[in-house]
Amino acid sequence: MKVKVKIKRFNPETDAEPHWETYEVDADPMDSALSLLLHIKWHIDGSLTFRKSCGHGICGSDAMKINGENRLACSVLVKDLVKGEGDTITFEPLPTAPVIKDLVIDQSRFFEKYRAVKPWLITRTPPPERERLQSPEEFALIEDATKCIMCGACTHACPSTWADPEYLGPAALLKAYRYTFDSRDEGADERLPVVDSREGLWKCYTIFNCNEACPKEIDISRWLSALKRRAVMEVAAR
Amino acid sequence: MIFSHDVVIVGAGGSGLMAALYAKEGGADVAVISKLHPLRSHTGAAQGGIGAALGNEEEDHWLWHAFDTVKGSDYLGDQDAIEIMCQDAPRTIIELEHYGVPFSRNKEGKIAQRRFGGHTRNFGEAPVRRACHAADRTGHAILHTLYDQCVKNQVRFYDEFQALDLIMTPEGVCCGVVAYELLTGEIHVFHAKMVCLATGGYGRVYKTTSNAHASTGDGMAIVLRSGLPLEDMEFVQFHPTGLYRLGILVTEGARGEGGILLNDKGERFMERYAPTVKDLAPRDLVSQCIYKEIREGRGINGKDYVYLDLRHVGREVIETKLPEIATFCRTYLGIDPVKEPIPVAPTCHYAMGGIPTNYDGQVERAGRGSIVPGLYAVGECACVSVHGANRLGTNSLVDLVVFGRRAGIHMAETLRKEGRKKEPLPDNPDRRVREMLEDILGRTRGEPVAVVRSDLQQTMMDNVSVFRNEETLTTALDDLKQIRERAKRVVVRDKSKRFNTELMDAVELGFLVDLSEVITRSALNRTESRGAHSREDYPKRDDENWLKHTLIYREGEDSYRFDYKPVTITRFQPKERKY
Repeated sequence: MKVKVKIKRFNPETDAEPHWETYEVDADPMDSALSLLLHIKWHIDGSLTFRKSCGHGICGSDAMKINGENRLACSVLVKDLVKGEGDTITFEPLPTAPVIKDLVIDQSRFFEKYRAVKPWLITRTPPPERERLQSPEEFALIEDATKCIMCGACTHACPSTWADPEYLGPAALLKAYRYTFDSRDEGADERLPVVDSREGLWKCYTIFNCNEACPKEIDISRWLSALKRRAVMEVAAR
Repeated sequence: MIFSHDVVIVGAGGSGLMAALYAKEGGADVAVISKLHPLRSHTGAAQGGIGAALGNEEEDHWLWHAFDTVKGSDYLGDQDAIEIMCQDAPRTIIELEHYGVPFSRNKEGKIAQRRFGGHTRNFGEAPVRRACHAADRTGHAILHTLYDQCVKNQVRFYDEFQALDLIMTPEGVCCGVVAYELLTGEIHVFHAKMVCLATGGYGRVYKTTSNAHASTGDGMAIVLRSGLPLEDMEFVQFHPTGLYRLGILVTEGARGEGGILLNDKGERFMERYAPTVKDLAPRDLVSQCIYKEIREGRGINGKDYVYLDLRHVGREVIETKLPEIATFCRTYLGIDPVKEPIPVAPTCHYAMGGIPTNYDGQVERAGRGSIVPGLYAVGECACVSVHGANRLGTNSLVDLVVFGRRAGIHMAETLRKEGRKKEPLPDNPDRRVREMLEDILGRTRGEPVAVVRSDLQQTMMDNVSVFRNEETLTTALDDLKQIRERAKRVVVRDKSKRFNTELMDAVELGFLVDLSEVITRSALNRTESRGAHSREDYPKRDDENWLKHTLIYREGEDSYRFDYKPVTITRFQPKERKY
């Protein structure tokens, strides 16, 4: 089928403003959105710029705004983006991040926020000779959160992030959840003060945009709510 | 700009991050440069497991793991290195667990383990549960945890810097790398006491591959261009179960959990070829069997694929142990593996060959003991060789963590003991790279990169994949000659400095062409069948003449030289390989 691919293009080296370009592409309904972009880059305009790597939804390179929603380009198919012949699919960079070029955004702030939450296992007890035991039930508490691929779709879908660039955002907070609720972790007293803050958990208003944007279908709002409860309990216990 | 560090690691997948972490913990000043953000590395795509004789589910021993690896390698793996790997694997996995890797757990709370192809109890008796896993996203779990640890330990990262050349002194000491910064288009020199390549594989040489777009074998090609050899390049692993036409990997763990392969007649054909382990035979064998079934007209509907059937495994196991696979099937094929069989065909998956190293990651110039000072290589780009002619499933992650760790420790210890100084940089260390990029950007007429690359991938797929013979290999070499000339004239439309991925596509095409050439030449040179190298005109393994590693050197544009290295045998004498 023929589809129109409309892309927001911007190269700060040569352009004063972003502009839209439209390409006509022959597509199979089972093609991924990424394959449309690859077709354009490979056969129509080599200067079209986007990130990509694994092509099947695990590396997290190609989060972008497709038909108005934050998606991974490799994980959404043409058939789910058009109704019929000649329809248009739009591609834009993730909202509110500085654009480097075309669909490539600057993720340095995103990763600064990730680093801020001490995203690693904090332990004080010396490790045993063998593995630390963790029951399947304890593991189940964090498994969903460990699926995160740090693509940024959630954080850039969050109205609180749009309104306040300082807000840590769902991806960083989910990472804080993942380690704080890991039965092996002993660092809640270090990590919770970072997230129990104006620019942290309390800017999450449970709007659920993050859940809807997450390509791994992680129940982010639920885990952030659990982290909020934990933060309140810790303060109460002090 | 010139950046200066004790240790510069190129590549931020599992092996690069392990090397970085241990070199840093050992007190070295470590920088990691990577053409992708580290979390985008292809280690993250590893699915099914990491093998170690932990014995959490049933009795297991490292020596059984070592035997399976030797046999899986079709006796081409070096047994001293294999012993180190299998002995070190349990400890290293415990360390990963202590770092926080979220492994799946069994009822006792220990790391859960499952069956995988070629892994057996008591020297081949029956499949054993050895593959530690985090559902079917084991690589993802390891990659993210290692990155978290590197951030904690303040490893310096240069993200989206693509290494394009090694810097060698006239005496042959490696003292740095030249890298292209994607954001700015600037060419930088990294001056170092030690360089460690961890650049991964080259799956993108082939049309159908499970590998990421980034898997273009950069480090191997750079080493070849520096006059150093590559080892065992004829051995390319095709994973038996790629999603039909897409090549996306379906983990062997799917068969480890009970999945079976079916032909058009609904026959479980692996029972005929491997009566003991059946569908859990090693990958080289299963891929060859699938092709045989297809050639003999038993592909599904006479086409070039077979079925992987998980229906009897049940919804619960599929949803909890193989959730990513289930999602791939639903997303990309529109089928539900709980109710329908999955169409699969072999897909290029892993490079057994690579940069020859010893088991501390030091690169060898000409066989054992001939070290290139200052240069290390780890992970898929390296060839220790623990995988020989065919890698067992789960052993790539083991290789990454065990030898990444060893190289990191070795670099830090060497720096501490020798307190070595940086060799002075030669004049114009970035000259070759500048000239190469200026040449590409200066062209105004020619073919686009993608057209030439697609012809390259097609000929390699048609002529140098699971089965080869003199005719197909010669055809490939003829094609490659034309393709090489065309690749020299490709044109990029993007001339800007900022984030010019098209320019890097053109550079990577050059790497892919160089590697295709050495893969094909090495395959033509080895007149026997062993592991993943299956010559139709030489169908038997020939230990008398070929129980040795190939080393290939590029000496000029069209001139290559072969040399050989003996296989190290410690405990397991070569035997006929039956499963």
